[in-house]
Amino acid sequence: MTFIPKPKISHPSLPRNELGLTRREYEGALSTLCAGCGHDSITAGIIEACWGISIRPENLVKLSGIGCSSKTTAYFVSGGHGFNSVHGRMPSIAMGANAANRELYYIGISGDGDSLSIGLGQFCHAIRRNVNMLYIIENNGVYGLTKGQFSASADIGTKAKKGEVNQQPPIDPVLLAMNLGAGFVARSFSGDKAQLVPLIQAGLKYPGFALIDVLSPCVTFNDHEGSTKSYAFTRENYEPVVEADFVPKQREITTEYPEGEATSVLLHDGSRVVLRKLAADYDPTDAHASYDYVQQHIAQGEYLTGLLHCRPTTATEFHALNRTPDQPLNQLPFSALNPGARQLEKLMARYR
Amino acid sequence: MGTDDRINDFAIKIATVNGTGSASANTLLMKSIFRSGIPVMGKNYFPSNIQGLPTWYEIRVSKDGYVARSGKVDIMVCMNAETYARDVREVAAGGYLIYDSTWPRPALLKRDDVTVIGVPLARMCNEHFKGVRTRILMKNICYAGVLAALLDLDLERIRELLAETYAKKPALVDSNMQAIQLGYDYAREHFSCPLPLRVARMDKTGGHIMIDGNTAAALGCVYAGATVAAWYPITPSTSLMDAFKSFADKLRIDPQTGKANFAFIQAEDELAAIGMVLGANWNGARSFTATSGPGVSLMGEFLGLGYYAELPAVLFDVQRVGPSTGMPTRTQQCDLLAAAYASHGDTKHVCLYPANPEECFYMAVQAFDLAERLQTPVLVLLDLDIGMNDWMCRDLKWDDSYQPDRGKVLGKEDLEKIDKFYRYLDKDEDGITYRTFPGVHPKGAYFTRGSGHTQLGTYTEDSAEYQLVLDRLLRKFATAKRHMPKPVIEGTGTAKAAIVSIGSCDGAVHEALDVLKGRGVQLDYMRIRAFPFGEEVEKFLADHEVLYVVEQNRDAQLRSLLTLESRVGKSKLRSLLHYSGLPVSSKFIVDGVLADLGEGRRAVAGVVS
Ligand SMILES: Cc1ncc(C[n+]2csc(CCOP(=O)(O)OP(=O)(O)O)c2C)c(N)n1
Ligand code: SF4
Ligand SMILES: [Mg+2]
Repeated sequence: MTFIPKPKISHPSLPRNELGLTRREYEGALSTLCAGCGHDSITAGIIEACWGISIRPENLVKLSGIGCSSKTTAYFVSGGHGFNSVHGRMPSIAMGANAANRELYYIGISGDGDSLSIGLGQFCHAIRRNVNMLYIIENNGVYGLTKGQFSASADIGTKAKKGEVNQQPPIDPVLLAMNLGAGFVARSFSGDKAQLVPLIQAGLKYPGFALIDVLSPCVTFNDHEGSTKSYAFTRENYEPVVEADFVPKQREITTEYPEGEATSVLLHDGSRVVLRKLAADYDPTDAHASYDYVQQHIAQGEYLTGLLHCRPTTATEFHALNRTPDQPLNQLPFSALNPGARQLEKLMARYR
Repeated sequence: MGTDDRINDFAIKIATVNGTGSASANTLLMKSIFRSGIPVMGKNYFPSNIQGLPTWYEIRVSKDGYVARSGKVDIMVCMNAETYARDVREVAAGGYLIYDSTWPRPALLKRDDVTVIGVPLARMCNEHFKGVRTRILMKNICYAGVLAALLDLDLERIRELLAETYAKKPALVDSNMQAIQLGYDYAREHFSCPLPLRVARMDKTGGHIMIDGNTAAALGCVYAGATVAAWYPITPSTSLMDAFKSFADKLRIDPQTGKANFAFIQAEDELAAIGMVLGANWNGARSFTATSGPGVSLMGEFLGLGYYAELPAVLFDVQRVGPSTGMPTRTQQCDLLAAAYASHGDTKHVCLYPANPEECFYMAVQAFDLAERLQTPVLVLLDLDIGMNDWMCRDLKWDDSYQPDRGKVLGKEDLEKIDKFYRYLDKDEDGITYRTFPGVHPKGAYFTRGSGHTQLGTYTEDSAEYQLVLDRLLRKFATAKRHMPKPVIEGTGTAKAAIVSIGSCDGAVHEALDVLKGRGVQLDYMRIRAFPFGEEVEKFLADHEVLYVVEQNRDAQLRSLLTLESRVGKSKLRSLLHYSGLPVSSKFIVDGVLADLGEGRRAVAGVVS
């Protein structure tokens, strides 16, 4: 695998966003994943989402661990700052980076192996710390990069390519995240760009930890019959229940929503996430109700998709709890950090 | 003054049970001696336990300013029945034994070469104080009173110290003082006070403080401008982070807004702690962690990423006894190799080796400068002895003209001027490349990875491209040698033999050198302060025929590092290895050198007589 730069020639008629940038300027290096890999569709969704809400490329920090999924940070927004760290430890890098500069957009890309096995601890603790970041798990039920071993998200009864049947219960990142108090929890499917793009936009704008678990079939190791993470199975068994629309601050809500079906969650910058419920008996803004609803459906073999839970958690966001200043820590002048010689002299009295 | 008088030159060891308040009694004794102007050392040998296990405290009073263990105990205070037998054995002939005579202790009668001083501490405290807990605590304060009488300590000084300690609870000053007085009066009534071993005022502690290395290092982090601290608790490093937090809570709160100009993160484990530190440094904040051996092991993978992706980071390794969990509350220098080569692959790290708390402060600041200048993790190796014991050292000083060395960072204006930025291109040919921070300028974007990369910052599996970067990292390490703190070299420079040592051995080596000189053995001395080793280290090694390498581990790790990373011949290096878990004593070094020299081989050391 080598680095394949894409020619960046944009046609003058290509649409431009508020920054005057075209979609091409949100692309990255050419993907080296298998043709048809779900991860590439997610990459396309991220490009579309970032372009759509006019994120300055240099303000986007792209973090990942190790895996096919984690490679994709190189395939979008080449003008952003990428950090491909070590297996399962991306959340800690994200935490440190975010602590240093609260003003940037942080997007973490991980796999089900990266987040639910080796990195389960860091994943959980990033949620507990409510790090302001969008965390996407590109979930294919296998370790793609090491050639198809079951991951911790593999369902009971799912079959490996060579016929082995998984007997261990799966870890569902959506239920886990809700359980740990995440305020923005979504599930989607790599093949549903219309659902995915607004979710990514809302997740990037959400002021706290936002999780999107995206079913992303591995065409090479887990797309056969008997797999519960194949394209065919996903199309059949995944059910959208709450669609999200992201509405930027300046814009009016123009779409007409039928009575009782739409709730909107106001974000700190004045933008809004409008939740369109496709099921009337479900309140996605209530943490307990969301959890019960999703869990009951899983028990019946139904996988709900969409923004399954969204509530404001600004008060518990990392910087809010730590009372850090609005100015990023990495930009404070040295004079604000160094107490000076006289202060040291005074301190010495304590040690005599 | 009698002929046997030994003023300001003796060691006291106090055996107690942990969790019984003996720590305050011991600190009180040590500080009152310090405030009388007499150089003093205090070392705590405590168990990895919260309550109920044996603990010892050693106080050495040294008019000559020796800050290490002498290896000899002149006065033993036996407050722990469980360790009685061995404590009694440890007192030097002609020494003193103080015990609680509330209960008879037939075993102690076996030593008739020491003076036995029985004080009914428990009985007196039971008569004077109420409540089980108070009685236990006061019993310990009471022995401090006994010692005050025996050693001729100034009671006013003790009261003054108590008043400072309990400024917010004045009632405790009186009850503590009462306990002191009980012991004091009993001793004066029943024994001839003071003893020939005693203290007398000096003026040798002016401009000095008593501080532990963890506190000093934490203060260094505050002064260096560190803003992100991430850690996972582990003895003996925890107090470094606690100290940082408490300094930052006072010194780093914006007076106008009440906001905290720092982030303090208790991570879920050491992997996460170092990950956070790397992430924060990558993003332009000075960030650090503190840990001990087990944590360093866990941080290995990330440290390799830091080395290869060239991320600054500062890590304090407060070494404790290994292998494995080892003895968490005992001291060793056993991570020298693990730190230098932490992580798989061709990885090596810049290490600093402070010898005392004073150096911890300055080296902490230097560590941040080096980490950013060299864009690599810097490991500062303290040990439990430096980190957790109070050492007498010179006042810490700050130069307000200091500006942090952020190294080669391209800012907005720099990026504006250049055509294209390549993260790993060696423009200055010193092995150090330029970096940028996110959000500064569109031209500053690059991709950080621990996988194979080219000098342009792109992914590669091409051998030549890969090697180009790997070889440049070696050049960077060569550049690093020029930035490292130089070794401290002492002696006449004419001796054929020398001691080479590191870190907390320094105090014991200094005393040993004096003792050896007194016995006609003149040795030079080099204390190594950093890895990679520079030319000064090479020269010193080359200039001596025999080099005694004094270090506190079993496997001669410093010697190994020297043979691997300098030109010195292995056969010249003779090891003196101390790894009991207690700080090395001067006696150990003296005995080791003399045993090796033997009578016939003294010529090597350039013996005068
Ligand atoms: C410490 C460590 N152990 C093992 C590996 C090998 N490894 C690389 S990727 C991977 C699994 C990736 O699975 P997942 O996160 O699901 O990503 P996918 O490839 O399926 O997208 C493993 C085990 C590694 N890189 N590092
Ligand atoms: S192995 Fe699977 S996950 Fe990896 S790139 Fe191929 S299809 Fe995608
Ligand atoms: Mg996977």
